[in-house]
Amino acid sequence: MDSDIIKLNKVNFYYGPTRALTDITMNFVKNKVTALIGPSGCGKSTLLRLLNRMNDLIDGTRVEGEILFEDKNIYASDVDSVEIRRKIGMVFQKPNPFPKTIYNNISYGPKLTGIGADNMDALVERSLRQAVLWDEVKDILNKSAMNLSGGQQQRLCIARALAMKPDVLLMDEPTSALDPISTAKIEELIEELKKDYTIIIVTHNMQQAARISDETAFFYIGNLVEYNKTEKIFTNPDVKQTEDYITGRFG
Amino acid sequence: MQLIKNNSMTWRYFKQGLFFTCVRASALVITLALGGIIFYILYNGLSVINWDFITKPPTDAMTKGGIMPAILGTIYLTLGAIAIGLPLGIASAIYLTEYAKEGRVVRFIKVGINCLAGVPSVVFGLFGLGFFVIFLKFGSSILAGSLTLGFLILPTIIGASEEALKSVPQTFREASLSLGVSKWQTIFRIVLPNALPGILTGSILGIGRAAGETAPIMFTAAAFFTAKLPSSMFDEVMALPYHIYVLATAGTNIEATRPIQYGTVLVLVAVVLGIDLIAIVIRGYMRKNKRW
Amino acid sequence: MIRQTKEIIIKYIFFLFSLASIVVLGLIVLSLFREGIPLFSKVSVKDFLFGMEWYPTYDPPSFGIFPLIVGSLIVTLLATLIAVPLGVLAAIYISEIAPQHIKIILKSVIELLAGLPSVVLGFFGMVIVAPWMQETFDLPTGLNIVNASIILALMAIPTISSISEDALYAVPREFKEASYALGATKFETISRVILPAAMSGISTAVMLGMARAIGETMVVLMVAGGAAAIPESLFDSVRPMPASIAAEMGETPFRSLHYQALFAIGIVLFCLTLAFNLIADYVSHKFKQVGSGTL
Repeated sequence: MDSDIIKLNKVNFYYGPTRALTDITMNFVKNKVTALIGPSGCGKSTLLRLLNRMNDLIDGTRVEGEILFEDKNIYASDVDSVEIRRKIGMVFQKPNPFPKTIYNNISYGPKLTGIGADNMDALVERSLRQAVLWDEVKDILNKSAMNLSGGQQQRLCIARALAMKPDVLLMDEPTSALDPISTAKIEELIEELKKDYTIIIVTHNMQQAARISDETAFFYIGNLVEYNKTEKIFTNPDVKQTEDYITGRFG
Repeated sequence: MQLIKNNSMTWRYFKQGLFFTCVRASALVITLALGGIIFYILYNGLSVINWDFITKPPTDAMTKGGIMPAILGTIYLTLGAIAIGLPLGIASAIYLTEYAKEGRVVRFIKVGINCLAGVPSVVFGLFGLGFFVIFLKFGSSILAGSLTLGFLILPTIIGASEEALKSVPQTFREASLSLGVSKWQTIFRIVLPNALPGILTGSILGIGRAAGETAPIMFTAAAFFTAKLPSSMFDEVMALPYHIYVLATAGTNIEATRPIQYGTVLVLVAVVLGIDLIAIVIRGYMRKNKRW
Repeated sequence: MIRQTKEIIIKYIFFLFSLASIVVLGLIVLSLFREGIPLFSKVSVKDFLFGMEWYPTYDPPSFGIFPLIVGSLIVTLLATLIAVPLGVLAAIYISEIAPQHIKIILKSVIELLAGLPSVVLGFFGMVIVAPWMQETFDLPTGLNIVNASIILALMAIPTISSISEDALYAVPREFKEASYALGATKFETISRVILPAAMSGISTAVMLGMARAIGETMVVLMVAGGAAAIPESLFDSVRPMPASIAAEMGETPFRSLHYQALFAIGIVLFCLTLAFNLIADYVSHKFKQVGSGTL
């Protein structure tokens, strides 16, 4: 049985003439949390944004190699990046709700792509419940999302992504702009979500990676240095560099 | 301090003082010039303005009566210019900010916009005459005048729209696209609604300009006197700026109509600056309430 | 695939809209040439540009626009001489010296000045400034070069001032701080550090201000006096090109030589302002202020 949902095969990525990722070959396991760690500028966020083709938005970038999602190369010429993004959702570093009501933030994606149109209220409720935000906002669904706290906004963004019923959820340092209590809530939430979703999370917080992930990949200057079970990486890494990083000797 | 403040230091501060005086004087001269102009207009114009002046047509070979047809004509021409300039300008700006990649084509378009912005208003008038009035056979009409004014303010509207579109945070676009919403839907549902207040306030300054322009409508739309109000967009109209010009330079009795001239100037300034003021107020309000 | 096709079509529709400015520019050129060029089958380009006599309604007419060109250049030049110091100094005041509340007032003043319709400024020059000037200096007419230049300068000041202000504002803070740290006075910092760093932006501002002045119609039409002769003093009347077009177009028969000559003046005017704008564009791109490293 093949449980790898995304497979990378010799992926190189360039910003103009600069190579940001070198020969990355790795697989992401279905319904697991995979953490991407490494010092700033190591390419972990770049890799994440490759997986749902968000880097397409940046001029002058180029991808080599294959990225297979459910055994189909998402960079093949006949693949629509918009379709890919519906199946692979994303949560960003800073909470970025739209300046709309809470309800409309959630219904925005489904409405425009024709999902769940028959029962939008149920979809909104389900998504907010999944993101453990429902009880806090159920009475203010028609208030602006901008009035929520940072932690609530981030869970709203997660709910917004979940409303599209994606297979994979990409998270780009989702707690780096939040306070410790909100961070804890989001971490609990991730634990909950991995039953239904494959989660790939970029984090610069070592403890967070250790706490929430099943697999961990360590990147350094555009290279994948080590990729293994989180337990193994944090207790007995194979590579010296990895050990230096996680014990805080650099980074 | 006593030690340092020697002669050379005194000289340096003297130069600075002299310079600051010049700088303040320039600011004062500009302010006084504007103040003087506004004062003269108010001083001479206010006594003329009354309800009849604004709502009645001219009488007695333009020497008496009101200026209602000219006000109406200016409103028609300005609305026409907005109808042409605003959609075209916003669409241009959307291409330039949302779709175009830096390169020769974009550079070419931008130089074109800059050149268009620099075309003198009287040349716009010639263009309107040669193209709309004669070649397209619209005649001297609201349509020809509106088109001419609409293209005149196009660069202003493009500039304002580009700025407003650029100020919409990139994270909004990313969030929408990451949900699998297509690019044009993202533009229409997220980018444009958030940029619209900015686009409108920026464009209003151009619209004020359209209301006050004379040369572009002289040969394309404006009439010295029309017996009836316009009934279609192929009719000629009276317009405030042209009314001022004609009464002041070629009217039947220049001295006798002086009060009417002042009154018309006051109404035109009120209209144009009123339009600008709306923009300034909205802009201030938006800055206060901006959430991103 | 259908969705993607739609996406591409939408993109190209926006692209077509963005060409509107280019198309209009092209149509302007075409219209001017279509109506203006036939003149040159009767009058040579040399006689047109350098002819000293503009008698379009005489029999036989003569279409020399040299006095009009001189008229345009002289009022533009004088207006620039007035507007540049005032505009640039006001910009320096706003961006470097003025306290916050005065800054806001002055910026509104300049915005309001920019908003005044040209016909209103022309009216002011004609009805207020001209009689005053005539009386005070005992002149034959108050409608003359000096008067027109002052009013034109008022029109150019907002352009010059606001673009200069942007340029000054863009000078990196570190430059100023470095200069103060060396013990320079505020004036020395402004004159030796800030102004040189902002020079390309200020040059652009001046070019655009001049382009504005040379193309301005209503002011020169109402205030310059209208004499189509080479002026001998600054208190003489002149007839700049835009004034000639605006004043005469109404009275000339359709597609007569005179009508064609007015369009030909339009071509000259268009080329002149185009040149000013292209130079301004070139200057602002060539010597772009890019933070540090440009000094």
